[in-house]
Amino acid sequence: MSYLPKPSVRHPKLKRNALGLTHRDYEGNLSTLCAGCGHDSISAAIIQSCFEMDLPAHRIAKLSGIGCSSKTPTYFLGQSHGFNTVHGRMPSVATGASLANRDLIYIGVSGDGDTASIGLGQFSHAVRRQTNMLYIVENNGTYGLTKGQFSATNDYGSKAKKGAINPYQAIDLVSLALQLGAGFVARSFSGDKTQLIPLIKAGISYRGFALIDCISPCVTFNNHDGSKKSFDYVREHNHAMLKTDVIPEKEQITAEYDEGTSVSVTLHDGANIHLRKLDADYDPHDRVAALAHVQKVQAEGEIPTGLIYLDREESDLHEILNTAAVPLNALDSDRLCPGEAQLAEINQALR
Amino acid sequence: MLPTDITDPSYFHKVVDCQWACPAHTPVPEYIRLIADERYTDAYMINWVSNVFPGVLGRTCDRPCEPACRRGRTHEKPVAICRLKRVAADYRGDISDRLPEIPVQKNGKRIALIGAGPASLTVARDLMPLGYECVLFDREKLGGGMMRSQIPSFRLPASVLDEEVDMILDMGVECRFGEYVDSLKSVLNESFDAVFVGTGAPRGRDLQIPGREEAAPFISIGIDWLAGVAFEHTDTIGKRVIVLGGGNTAMDCCRTARRLGGEDVRVVVRSGFDEMKASEWEKEDAIAEDIPIFNNHVPKEFVVEDGKLKGVRFETVNRVPDGKGGLTSVPTGQDPVFMECDHVLLAIGQENAFPWIERDIGLTFNEWEMPVVNETTLQSTHPKVFFGGDAALGPKNIIWAAAHGHQAAISIHNLCQGIPLTDRPPPTVTLASQKMGIHEWSYENDIANAQRFVVPHAEKEKALKDRKLEVELGFDEELAFREAARCLNCDVQTVFDGPKCIECDSCVDICPMDCISFVPNGTEDDLRTRLNAPAENAEQELYVSPELKTKRVMVKDEDLCLHCGMCAERCPTAAWDMQKFLYNEAQANGSSV
Repeated sequence: MSYLPKPSVRHPKLKRNALGLTHRDYEGNLSTLCAGCGHDSISAAIIQSCFEMDLPAHRIAKLSGIGCSSKTPTYFLGQSHGFNTVHGRMPSVATGASLANRDLIYIGVSGDGDTASIGLGQFSHAVRRQTNMLYIVENNGTYGLTKGQFSATNDYGSKAKKGAINPYQAIDLVSLALQLGAGFVARSFSGDKTQLIPLIKAGISYRGFALIDCISPCVTFNNHDGSKKSFDYVREHNHAMLKTDVIPEKEQITAEYDEGTSVSVTLHDGANIHLRKLDADYDPHDRVAALAHVQKVQAEGEIPTGLIYLDREESDLHEILNTAAVPLNALDSDRLCPGEAQLAEINQALR
Repeated sequence: MLPTDITDPSYFHKVVDCQWACPAHTPVPEYIRLIADERYTDAYMINWVSNVFPGVLGRTCDRPCEPACRRGRTHEKPVAICRLKRVAADYRGDISDRLPEIPVQKNGKRIALIGAGPASLTVARDLMPLGYECVLFDREKLGGGMMRSQIPSFRLPASVLDEEVDMILDMGVECRFGEYVDSLKSVLNESFDAVFVGTGAPRGRDLQIPGREEAAPFISIGIDWLAGVAFEHTDTIGKRVIVLGGGNTAMDCCRTARRLGGEDVRVVVRSGFDEMKASEWEKEDAIAEDIPIFNNHVPKEFVVEDGKLKGVRFETVNRVPDGKGGLTSVPTGQDPVFMECDHVLLAIGQENAFPWIERDIGLTFNEWEMPVVNETTLQSTHPKVFFGGDAALGPKNIIWAAAHGHQAAISIHNLCQGIPLTDRPPPTVTLASQKMGIHEWSYENDIANAQRFVVPHAEKEKALKDRKLEVELGFDEELAFREAARCLNCDVQTVFDGPKCIECDSCVDICPMDCISFVPNGTEDDLRTRLNAPAENAEQELYVSPELKTKRVMVKDEDLCLHCGMCAERCPTAAWDMQKFLYNEAQANGSSV
């Protein structure tokens, strides 16, 4: 962290987006995390993604639980709505918020402790329900705030800073999300923004539950030799399966894609997602194959990254529950509260 | 691109824009920090060593440093470097115990210095401490040269000038003042070991248009007229005065005329306002004294009736592109403009004149009648004769004269000691970390957003009544502190140690100016298009690291870096460090701060 605020002066020729804003207009307060924290890079990637997508910050809600990762919403999108929940309860609050106001964009930021330990149940149900949100796990495999114990996502056999070996199997959030029916499952790395930013953009565009399990090295407690979530280890074992390009609806597609090695998907908001296959016979639309492939790559000691699974049939909780087409705050009181007669009718139907 | 060689002193020197732009390479940020620290005497000495006349230059310098100042690129207006220099001079304490000792035992070498202006005085300042005997010639009775004769007292009080000139003369310089040198040959015959010519550009250009001869009693050459005022031969002028010319001399002439009784004083210039050679602030000061500036007026005739000047007739022109990147005048075809006046001051340029140098002594002149001089050594084709200041390479300014003086002194020293003149001593350079703690640096890295502070002026009514009353009052200590805080400390360099970098992107994310990028390497032109923010200023370097683990390189665009140290504060491995680069130009006397 730094004591001084980031100087407000900016490069006079910064690129501006369709709203006339620069990426710096999407910043939040100065981070208080350790210098070099991967989480800060993810915050920067979120800032850049929202800037590039011309999103008005006040139409975004950022939610988080407890932990280093969950502090970060303070450090990006200073003009957005925010909710810092009880430990592990962010998925539930996000589900409720999303049901109440379906027009906002929901970005949940959580950590490996918040998601894979105390919040595992909450997480699982948000996936099952297909809450329409982008859920980013800033996964460093360690409990940084309590000085570096192994977390539930820490890899089996990984070494702690003081030399202890992790005897437990890791919870693999990507596999879990695939099993629980997530429509959009990706893994990325805080040290590779060229991969991460398109994934965040695609995840925001996606209607349904979008998970990005983002490995984010903890420079203070988990970036040493023997760690499997260090900058060096992840870079050496990074197995990118697909390269993702996101082209917003309003832009023309200029790049040429070879049909044999690429897949193009148009999302509900018109954005085009191009997936260039790096693994030749990999099909990112086959849930079962994706799960098997991820397991296989991981068994080989590699870390599969990129957009691992994308369900072309976008669907979310609003669709499942057949909710009102507008946010609750846009309904007048008669529709919100239809009255005694309506209630009687409903009760009658249930008898 | 190849990795940047930061061991080459010129790389980081160039990052210190002000110091790089200064002909004398004064370590500007270093003395500005000392001013903020109220260490005025220390700040003064840094200046005195480097540019010899801090009090004078703090009022009169052409300030090449200010247009170069990074703050001009990041916050519109540069730091008021020049006026901060004056603060050091105004508030300093006694420096007599800090001046170099002058050996009683001389080294047996005698040097003649012709013209007692800033160039010659600098040579004397550098050579006296080494035991040289310096003999200073000037036609005037006082030293200072153009600093005395051409710069009006309301800009430079005589007391300030006297003090800084005397510091040098008191080293034991033999002054032959009031002695006009009319033959270089005879000086050479006096068995000097070297002769330095610092005679300036003493001839003001004349304007030969109809009526010039008849109007002669009512026309003065600007620099001669200013000298007449300075030496108190002239103390009045007509009520209506036209000053022809658009340079700083014209500004000095018109403002002096206002003080000598001129009521309707106007400046008339051939070119457009923005093209005028006068410094921006000099034009502003003239306008503030109710002196209108008429542009695009070409003088055609001095109109004289009954032996008395009636006025000047002008043709009006438009300035249009000349196809060579400049502008040229095209008459508008409108009726000529006639302006009435009682007196005309000509300030349309200065020339060198060397009628006193014999052409048969082995000293070659070029086609413009200027001596052929080596730009580095300042030696002429006569091995013992050196030139400096305006006399060397045409009219420049005081800070160039001081810079020439230092270089000529090195050359003369080498010549007298039998060292090749091309054997120039290297600068002294230090580079040292400024880290004091995790978030603590030895310099103020909190970027002040204040706009440039204005120097208070004396009341106009009073100033116009007294030509010796200094108009600019200078910053008080409070204003000086606040202005000094605007300095970005460009000499505190961002030093990158590639092997330590873990490529976590923290520096990229925190940099307020987006000047750091990690990208695959390429040519400079290519890299400039692939960085996080536009890097369009090709005059500013790209700092490129050796290849990193991911086969990328770190590229930092030096152009808009605030030197705030955020990259170093956010770096987990201290791959970035803030290190102070102190560069002192070599001098003959080996001095450095």
